[in-house]
Amino acid sequence: MPVKTLTGNKAVAYAARLARVKVVSAYPITPQTTIVETLASMIEHGEMDAKMIRVESEHSALAAALGAASAGVRAFTATSSHGLLYMHEVVWWTAGARVPLVMAIVTRAIGPPWNIHVDHQDIWDQRDSGWLISIAESNQEVFDLTVQAFRISEDERVYLPMMVGLDGFILSHTVAPVDMPEQHEIDEWLPERKQPYVITPETQYVMGNLATDEDYYMMRYSIQAAMEAAKDVIKEVDKSFGENFGRSYGGLVERYRVEDAKYHVIVAGSWAGDAKEAVNILRDEGYPVGLLRVRFFRPWPTEDIVDVVGSSKGVITFDRSVSFGARGHLFMETISSLGPLAGKLSVRGVIAGLGGVDVPAEEFAMVIREFIDEVEREGQVYDPAYWHLPSQYRDMYPSRVEEVVR
Amino acid sequence: MGVSEPKTLFVAPLSKPDAGSVGKTGTWRHEKPVIDEEKCVKCLLCWLYCPEDTILRREDDMVYVDYDYCKGCGICAQVCPVDAIKMVPER
Amino acid sequence: MPIKLKDLPRIRYNMPGNAACPGCPETMGMRYVKMALGDNVVMVIPAGCSSVIQGINPKSGMNFPILNIVFAAAASAAAGMKAAFEELGRDDVQVVVWAGDGGTGDIGFQALSGAAERNDDIIYICVDNEAYMNTGIQRSSLTPYGAWTTTTWTGKTEHKKNIPLIMIAHDVPYVATASVGYPQDFIEKLRKAASIRGFKYVHLHAPCPVGWRFDPGLTPHVAQLAVKTGLWPLFEYERGKFRVSSFSRMYRKPEKRAPIEEYLKLQGRYKGAGPEVVKELESYVNRLWEWIELLEKSMSPSTTAKKLVSKT
Repeated sequence: MPVKTLTGNKAVAYAARLARVKVVSAYPITPQTTIVETLASMIEHGEMDAKMIRVESEHSALAAALGAASAGVRAFTATSSHGLLYMHEVVWWTAGARVPLVMAIVTRAIGPPWNIHVDHQDIWDQRDSGWLISIAESNQEVFDLTVQAFRISEDERVYLPMMVGLDGFILSHTVAPVDMPEQHEIDEWLPERKQPYVITPETQYVMGNLATDEDYYMMRYSIQAAMEAAKDVIKEVDKSFGENFGRSYGGLVERYRVEDAKYHVIVAGSWAGDAKEAVNILRDEGYPVGLLRVRFFRPWPTEDIVDVVGSSKGVITFDRSVSFGARGHLFMETISSLGPLAGKLSVRGVIAGLGGVDVPAEEFAMVIREFIDEVEREGQVYDPAYWHLPSQYRDMYPSRVEEVVR
Repeated sequence: MGVSEPKTLFVAPLSKPDAGSVGKTGTWRHEKPVIDEEKCVKCLLCWLYCPEDTILRREDDMVYVDYDYCKGCGICAQVCPVDAIKMVPER
Repeated sequence: MPIKLKDLPRIRYNMPGNAACPGCPETMGMRYVKMALGDNVVMVIPAGCSSVIQGINPKSGMNFPILNIVFAAAASAAAGMKAAFEELGRDDVQVVVWAGDGGTGDIGFQALSGAAERNDDIIYICVDNEAYMNTGIQRSSLTPYGAWTTTTWTGKTEHKKNIPLIMIAHDVPYVATASVGYPQDFIEKLRKAASIRGFKYVHLHAPCPVGWRFDPGLTPHVAQLAVKTGLWPLFEYERGKFRVSSFSRMYRKPEKRAPIEEYLKLQGRYKGAGPEVVKELESYVNRLWEWIELLEKSMSPSTTAKKLVSKT
């Protein structure tokens, strides 16, 4: 298998080609643009057998991909930030149509002010839409997840569209070695496209006209059932991919040094690399800490969370996003999966890295160390929204916003 | 094409063309069209303009009304060039 | 080729028992699409009356396979479907958009303009009932001057946006106007559109008895009057040639046109419209026909031929 040095965006484009995508429709937005450029170049130069629709907006990008997919071919698009928000309506429509489809999301902050750097506000904003939502840590995982996404999305137990998240610039524009299987290897592993229905003159299907409220309700129930079923599918696909290509990531979550851990870090995306390094630093210092990297935000890995941190002494989540007026997303999801167990352990929800603010491993280590020391000192800690401010503001403002108001 | 049966409980917003998607719309009618076969010249204008597909053609192109679904709009009576269709109040 | 009604097969062109109001021009128009294009069609329908007319799952009241789609995305969804059919080796399938005036000229215009510029091989039909009827008669950019709607209680103060001319400016292979009052003309135009590769735009005038406040039996009559007053000229633009259609040709001359009052008095939406509305609409008609004359002169088959000769 050839190893190439690729940016995350190139890895996405090559994965889409190897998955034999037939229709690409996309609109440029930083930092997604090089995905579109690469796909356009490959299609124009005859290196990829597909049609490219150079749409006039992201709203149209996903609508065209949905149109193509509902007629029976593998379709692909990619976007970021405002592009994703602009297509949000079609995001929902696509999931509701139950049409398998794959979209790469190069995560980026939302304005104003304009900011092209990474955070997770854009991708988590899609959490309720009925899409499977994954997020990678490395360029290799970006490639692997993109290929896997077609198999997961097209599984008869799932039939839902899937997003593959990769962090803007950190992955999208940074080169790293990516081990790419040959076309025939992918062909052997990835089955022909499957979907629940096609809209053609022969099938006469009509998608999306009115339904009774009761039937509408059941359609939503059915999406939830598919989400539940997807958990097994994701694990199976991850395992099978590992057997064929030598890389498995652990399913919906990756567990890092959790075996004897008493404290747990929960994190998602590329900065998990820095968080892992922090775990290593703290382990060297004697702290019994492990890490859970969320690979799938939807379906949410409830069972994995309960399994790993259910008997934890303390959990610290790192969110690169916030639901204004509430908490960080990973924090809220974690607490809600723990249910009654949540009251037994200490928690801290850290909000950091918004708009691309860098959080190096040493800072992760510092925040985690402080949390563990505090729990050891004070017993139980409940601290749902801890703002780890940019360093130049850290001495000027409190970490709990409530204190600004009072 | 790769259509394959879903394996998890699957309720999708899929329909097929069929008559009566909101029921027997003949009940909406206040007036019904009555065709005078003596006067009819089989020009088919009523059949052409009927928005509902409720003016039907026999083999000889004599027209008749599908009263189960006819909504009673009266277009057929309006476009008939020989006054062969009368709108009669429903009781 | 003229359409002979007796030659059209005795099939259900539309599914009766649907949710359309009595006298609906959209179900009329939809039947003509089936008469013109037959069975090898998939339809894309954005939000609008036609999404409701289909009725309730698991039945649909239109006799086509349909991808219903969000309001602003009809043309792009159709472009995607067409690309897929081409990839599948099914160039024979006609992908048809059926969108209202709002879905075409307002919220859907960006996607429409994009598909036209890319020359996607689809037929886009705008079924124009001149307001947002499905939400309860609100003005659109295609509502004509002086018309009452529930957002223009004293009459609209702007004129109707001329989408067909804007589509001609996109330099697509085919643009036509049609009317539910002249089904054969519409059918012929659709058949011609189907024979042309690339982007085809057909704008169907569709008087709505509910929104315009007229007797539902009068839908064809009101539609014909719009043509006879000159307010809705029927024409075709085909690969650089512009031609007024036969049903409209005589209304080039203002004296041949039916009086606008005759058209307005049938419609409750013009109740209370004074002579100033009539005057304003008359001046609109005159300007419209000046445009048409310009297009006819600069793009008639003979001048196009001359231009080609002078170039060589």
